[in-house]
Amino acid sequence: MNLLTIAWKSLRQRRLASSLTALSIALGVMLMVLVLVIFGAVNSAFTQRSVGYDLIIGPKGSELQLVLSAVYRMQPPIENLPYPYLEQLRKDRRVVSAVPLAFGDVTEQGDFPIVGTTTEYFENEYMPGQKFMIRGQRIGKLFDAIIGAAVARENGWDLGTSFSIVHGGAESEDVHDEKFTVVAVLAPTGTANDRTVFLNLQGFYAIAGHEKPIDEVEKRLRDFYSADPERLAASLQQLQQYREAIAARAAAPDPSALPAPVSPEAMKEVTAILVRTRPETPFDAISLSAELKKGIQAMAVNPVRPIQRLMSGLIGNVQKALVVLTVIIILVSGVGIFVSIYNSMSDRRREIGIMRALGAGRHHVFGIVLAESALLCCGGGLAGWLAGHGLAIASAPWVIRQTGLLINPWALNSLEVWLFPILAGLAVLVGFLPAMTAYRTDVADALAS
Amino acid sequence: MSLLLEKIRKSYAQPGGERLPVLGIEHYSLAQGEQAALLGSSGGGKTTLLNIIAGILTPDSGRVIIDGRDLAAMPEVVRDRYRAAKIGIVFQTFNLLPAFTALENVLLGMAFSGRGVDRGFARTLLETVGLGHRLNHSPKRLSVGEQQRVAVARALANRPVLLLADEPTANVDPANQQKILDLIRNTCREHNVSLLMVTHSLEAAGLFSRVDRLQDFNHPELCRQPQEQSA
Repeated sequence: MNLLTIAWKSLRQRRLASSLTALSIALGVMLMVLVLVIFGAVNSAFTQRSVGYDLIIGPKGSELQLVLSAVYRMQPPIENLPYPYLEQLRKDRRVVSAVPLAFGDVTEQGDFPIVGTTTEYFENEYMPGQKFMIRGQRIGKLFDAIIGAAVARENGWDLGTSFSIVHGGAESEDVHDEKFTVVAVLAPTGTANDRTVFLNLQGFYAIAGHEKPIDEVEKRLRDFYSADPERLAASLQQLQQYREAIAARAAAPDPSALPAPVSPEAMKEVTAILVRTRPETPFDAISLSAELKKGIQAMAVNPVRPIQRLMSGLIGNVQKALVVLTVIIILVSGVGIFVSIYNSMSDRRREIGIMRALGAGRHHVFGIVLAESALLCCGGGLAGWLAGHGLAIASAPWVIRQTGLLINPWALNSLEVWLFPILAGLAVLVGFLPAMTAYRTDVADALAS
Repeated sequence: MSLLLEKIRKSYAQPGGERLPVLGIEHYSLAQGEQAALLGSSGGGKTTLLNIIAGILTPDSGRVIIDGRDLAAMPEVVRDRYRAAKIGIVFQTFNLLPAFTALENVLLGMAFSGRGVDRGFARTLLETVGLGHRLNHSPKRLSVGEQQRVAVARALANRPVLLLADEPTANVDPANQQKILDLIRNTCREHNVSLLMVTHSLEAAGLFSRVDRLQDFNHPELCRQPQEQSA
């Protein structure tokens, strides 16, 4: 029989008060664990190098919006870049891979974002060391589609499913006439890819209504290439030829008998370009980014940095505030433990006197009361920690289903390492005064009471 | 010699600053295995004397020799451990801890001795006092007589040289008084433990071959002498 056993017996004697005080600690710790698990998942989802790319290139504007739209598909696109710019970028010696993304539409069912891209997107790693696992076949036809795991699950789609898309976003009711067919389903990645429908980029361009009026395209090209007359001239020449082909077709006796002229590259646009630079020269990404910063055409953004700023500037502070709140809850629970033990001391004066008469030293009774405090704090904390992770484990499938956020309930936050030392400190803090009361108990008086 | 008291003086401070003399004992002793009843009236200093012998209180002066060592000269920490190891106490109100079973109450008596707990001996003691079938009962599920028997077993748990019993039958009905006293005396005899029972009951004291009246050897006025001399 040791001090802990004796302390445990004393707590059992006051089981209602003990349970309630331990429960308050448990609830505080459980809340803290849940906050840490949820923010851990958010943190992991947003601060990982969620794309296996060094840069995202898009039109000038908000860096955060570009990353949120191109990587996380949470924001509308800023604007578009001319397709010839993609080809220009591909010729840059610093660029190993430049994958175009064209987006802005959503699925009619479920409002999942539509992204037009090339097969290169699926050949590259979606995050360092992680390659796409695809069930089905590669995009071959114009209106083939590959869908993310969450899209398949939530819409109940599978290989061969046919679907429609809505132009311009969820609030638009402009449903395109074209029907797309699912040819492949991605395995879960824990990224926005799970909630995305990928189309053949050429199919994306072929959707009726996606092509802008030639005059508007010309104006944009003139703005974009204002400092590059050679490329402007080449693009304008393509536009002129296209304009003439359309006019020739319109002038024909039966225009519908003639094939529609093929859109030149100058007519096409991409929303963002995912760029990989040479891995052996990391300075390439910096120099390309700096070069674009000087110009007026586009901007290159490190996909991690704006999100890190967002995390540390806003989400990080929200996390801190919630953690502080749960710490306050735990401290209040600690005060509850103090009150519970301290109030019991007058009832237990005789009990302490008996133990002292049986040979217990002052340090023994001090230790017993402190052990009671430690059992309540650490026991309650352990129960709360297990409950928090248990709840996280139980709710993880639901959270993943609802949010696409990959919750790892087994992952331990570094802050959790401090949990039990802090609880032990709290136990000493709240148990010290009652323990001193026990320490100072006059045995003869206590036995006479 | 199990117990030897020499020149014990004890007084209590009064609210006015004066000291109230309670004990003034020149000499008192108890041989190994000897049993004595100490008779005294209420407020006569019996409990104070018992607390001094147990090392719960320290005398103003004098020596309290138990098993050859002066308890009064020991630092408190040593005295606590020595008490746990050498002295058993049976309280008037039994003082069993309600959170512990009968067996655990006996084990608790061993827990602070520094020798570790001997579960087997604790069981044997409880069997000796006839509670082998009540080991895991909590005190509230035991009768008054059974509680007192647990208290006796607990007092003997550390194989003490001296057992102090403070009015052990005061809260027991007359039918059980004799049984409990017999139990305490026989168990002490069996384990060769000296027994000093403090009581105000002539009937209880009458069972002992040695009966000491506190008033015969306690002279509290002795406590005043040094002050009077210095004045």
